[in-house]
Amino acid sequence: MAISETTLKDTMLFLIDEQNKKGGLLGKKLEAVVVDPASNWPLFAEKARELISKNKVAVVFGCWTSVSRKSVLPVFKELDSILFYPVQYEGEESERNVFYTGAAPNQQAIPAVDYLMSKDGGSVKRWVLAGTDYVYPRTTNKILEAYLKAKGVKDEDIMINYTPFGHSDWQTIVADIKKFGSAGKKTAVVSTINGDANVPFYKELGNQGIKATDIPVVAFSVGEEELAGLDTKPLVGHLAAWNYFESIKNPTNAEFIKKWQEFTKNPKRVTNDPMEAHVIGFNMWVKAVEKVKSTDPDKVIDALPGIEAVNLTGGTSKMLPNHHITKPVFIGEIRGDGQFDIVWKTKGLVPGDAWSDFLPGSKDLEADWVTLKCGNYNKVTKKCGGHPS
Amino acid sequence: MPEAGRIAPPPPSFTRPPGRNEMRSLYERILALVFALGLLLAGQAIARAGAYEDALAGFTTDSFSDTADAVDALVSTGDPRTGPLLEALKDQRLLYSAETLKVFIKDPSDKLTDAATGEAVALPPTDIDNVRLNNRVRGLLDAALGSLTLMVTEPGRRFDAAQAVFKSRDSGALANIDKALEKETDPRVKKALMEARAAIVLYSADSNAEEKIAAIAVIRDRGDQDALGLIDGLPPDLPSTVKQAATAASAKIQSNLAFWSALQNAWYGLSLGSVLLLAAIGLAITFGVMGIINMAHGEMVMLGAYTTFVVQELIRAHNPALFDYSLVIAVPLAFIVAGSVGIAIERSIICFLYGRPLETLLATWGLSLILQQAVRTIFGPTNKEVGNPSWMSGAFDLGGITITYNRLWIICFALAVFVALLGMLRFTRLGLEMRAVTQNRSMAAAMGIRTARIDALTFGLGSGIAGIAGVALSQIDNVSPNLGQGYIIDSFMVVVFGGVGNLWGTLVGAFTLGIANKFLEPYAGAVLGKIAILVLIILFIQKRPRGMFALKGRAVEA
Repeated sequence: MAISETTLKDTMLFLIDEQNKKGGLLGKKLEAVVVDPASNWPLFAEKARELISKNKVAVVFGCWTSVSRKSVLPVFKELDSILFYPVQYEGEESERNVFYTGAAPNQQAIPAVDYLMSKDGGSVKRWVLAGTDYVYPRTTNKILEAYLKAKGVKDEDIMINYTPFGHSDWQTIVADIKKFGSAGKKTAVVSTINGDANVPFYKELGNQGIKATDIPVVAFSVGEEELAGLDTKPLVGHLAAWNYFESIKNPTNAEFIKKWQEFTKNPKRVTNDPMEAHVIGFNMWVKAVEKVKSTDPDKVIDALPGIEAVNLTGGTSKMLPNHHITKPVFIGEIRGDGQFDIVWKTKGLVPGDAWSDFLPGSKDLEADWVTLKCGNYNKVTKKCGGHPS
Repeated sequence: MPEAGRIAPPPPSFTRPPGRNEMRSLYERILALVFALGLLLAGQAIARAGAYEDALAGFTTDSFSDTADAVDALVSTGDPRTGPLLEALKDQRLLYSAETLKVFIKDPSDKLTDAATGEAVALPPTDIDNVRLNNRVRGLLDAALGSLTLMVTEPGRRFDAAQAVFKSRDSGALANIDKALEKETDPRVKKALMEARAAIVLYSADSNAEEKIAAIAVIRDRGDQDALGLIDGLPPDLPSTVKQAATAASAKIQSNLAFWSALQNAWYGLSLGSVLLLAAIGLAITFGVMGIINMAHGEMVMLGAYTTFVVQELIRAHNPALFDYSLVIAVPLAFIVAGSVGIAIERSIICFLYGRPLETLLATWGLSLILQQAVRTIFGPTNKEVGNPSWMSGAFDLGGITITYNRLWIICFALAVFVALLGMLRFTRLGLEMRAVTQNRSMAAAMGIRTARIDALTFGLGSGIAGIAGVALSQIDNVSPNLGQGYIIDSFMVVVFGGVGNLWGTLVGAFTLGIANKFLEPYAGAVLGKIAILVLIILFIQKRPRGMFALKGRAVEA
């Protein structure tokens, strides 16, 4: 397991421990089964099958990249079980057996761009969309490109760049960004660069002297955990968009952080957005199980839409009929101490949208597992099963 | 005025004592006059001192817009306290209390003073908090401070100030620039000031066409991306003479930039080549010279990087003053750590597998997983923060290219390691014995060389050099258990391409691949560039299976 997944595993152990301290669920103790598919996509499907048919688990909280989710989908459909997926993702999916507690593009990417376009965000006119070369950045950038064009941004003011996983030599790309950004219009970078490649990217930005006041970088995969391996002083002011930040001040969050650090016996252990997604997802599942007094997947799946659970940012998230949840969106600026300063947030909670309104084909689709019983209902042809080309 | 008010003379026409009523009305009038004047004066005094204090109120609302307005308002007061206050704001030393509506400055020794009165504060309010900044406010601050610090004594800060004004093009700073230009003696700062002035003039509505053309000439001579941006960003409604000058200048800058960008690519190629060389040079020993397919080579690099981390942690804890020397200390330690692990691996595993390449491959691959997991268990899965010493941070401009210090040092370091290794193989007894054993093992043994010992030492040397590479790579990459995996393929590529068993081949191979990669990247993108390089190598190996510098003669058959 890599960095981020290990944290999520610990989060689940922590939540299960807490629940058992409260007396378990339906009078029984919860038991955790941990499997490690070692970032090997086919192994994900195999391990999922093992969990459901051999270990007879009631629900699975897991997966990290979109590839891993896609590889377990058939297993969950076939064996009819439940998956809670806690990571921000590209959308364009809604399955009966999956509950998406991470952000859809309209809960992270689009608000981030809106912020940068606003006066407080610097009235950005020129955009670099930089990402790692796989499905999440590609789809997100496709959505963002369509959105930016709808907002009147011209072709020549958008630069799209992809790099391989774990790319470590950023000199050329950072120089290109610098060049693109000195055309007299305010420029920003929207980064969907994945995990480990971020550190050398930010180091190169710092060394080439690109400051956040010149060209701000807003990232969707950089959180407290990723910054833990970085000297953040040269990065102060660069941005991240999430639905949760550790630095958000409210009693629920303070208590959660305290208990988490006690559980991990590490007073410096940070919290992050996917962790919060698991917290919400777990509490929703518990409530749904209590409601139907059973862990039977079919009953729980039907009970989940409409269930509400307190999130750590001081609001209440709700499971929607499209199996996504409502979340607030925050923009944070990196501080010198590796945490984020919240500079903007949405007024209320944003409902997650499975099918983006900015992609042709996708905008006609609707997911509704309550009344339509369909994850991709085509509003034009009035048929279930329409899929974007 | 005040004197006139207070001793208003009685009307000169008094020939008899005034009546009671008249008396009173006179007194009243005088009193009223005095009072009004007093009020007026007091009011003026309040208004004058108040502009600064009023502006401070903007910092107490925790709103970025109010903070931005407050910065603007402060600058327009011209109050001498503004400079230090804005500096404090920029350094996050400005605090506010929303309850008492007061603003405080914290000096570097943590002492609080009231920003309005300048008095020391012993007991701050309980709800005291930093005045927060965002990029917009930070940009405003840089511009404001730029204009305010144009005349400070340190040339470095004056230069930064001039650069900040160049960026902000704030027309309000023009007067300050002109004043600063008269006094400026440092040629570098003077040039920056001229450029800042030109940038303001170019975008100012008050300047005429000739001034603008002169400004374009100054900007053209600056000749970099920012200059091009300034000229290309000019509004279209300009006199035709100015437009012509701008087009000509833009073309000139562009051709200039094209030249420099080719040089920049070459530099990036050298830099990437040096990283490849560092990663591969240890492998050139273990794989190239000894013929061991060592899949755990990357993990030796990783061990070196973690050694650097541990050294830095110890230095931070015990003697922070030594931080700038941390890498110098880490280099021999990394060599020893990775080298001894290498010797242990050779003695315990590899020495039983000589002549069985497939099994060596599998065993060392398993070993690499074990080493990764061990490091993960000891240090945790998260990236570790390895800081850049001050002499490895930042960049300088050489003509039109930006050279970052860390890359420059890594190139020097890679070459130094290469030369040292070459010298060692050629001029030391150990080097001689190593060459003897690899060329003809049985003959070397017959001459009394303990071949098993030499094998272990050679493997240790290759591993140790990989450890040294780890020290350098910790400066540009993640220090995580996966660090080595990213380099193993590239390392094999370099060694195979350069020619197995030849150190010079590794050197040339590394720089060829680095430069080819960097010249392909701008056209093909990072992903396709990498694929193209792989395809080219495969084709090359078809043509020359033994790489660029193939060993000839008896050594090959041995």
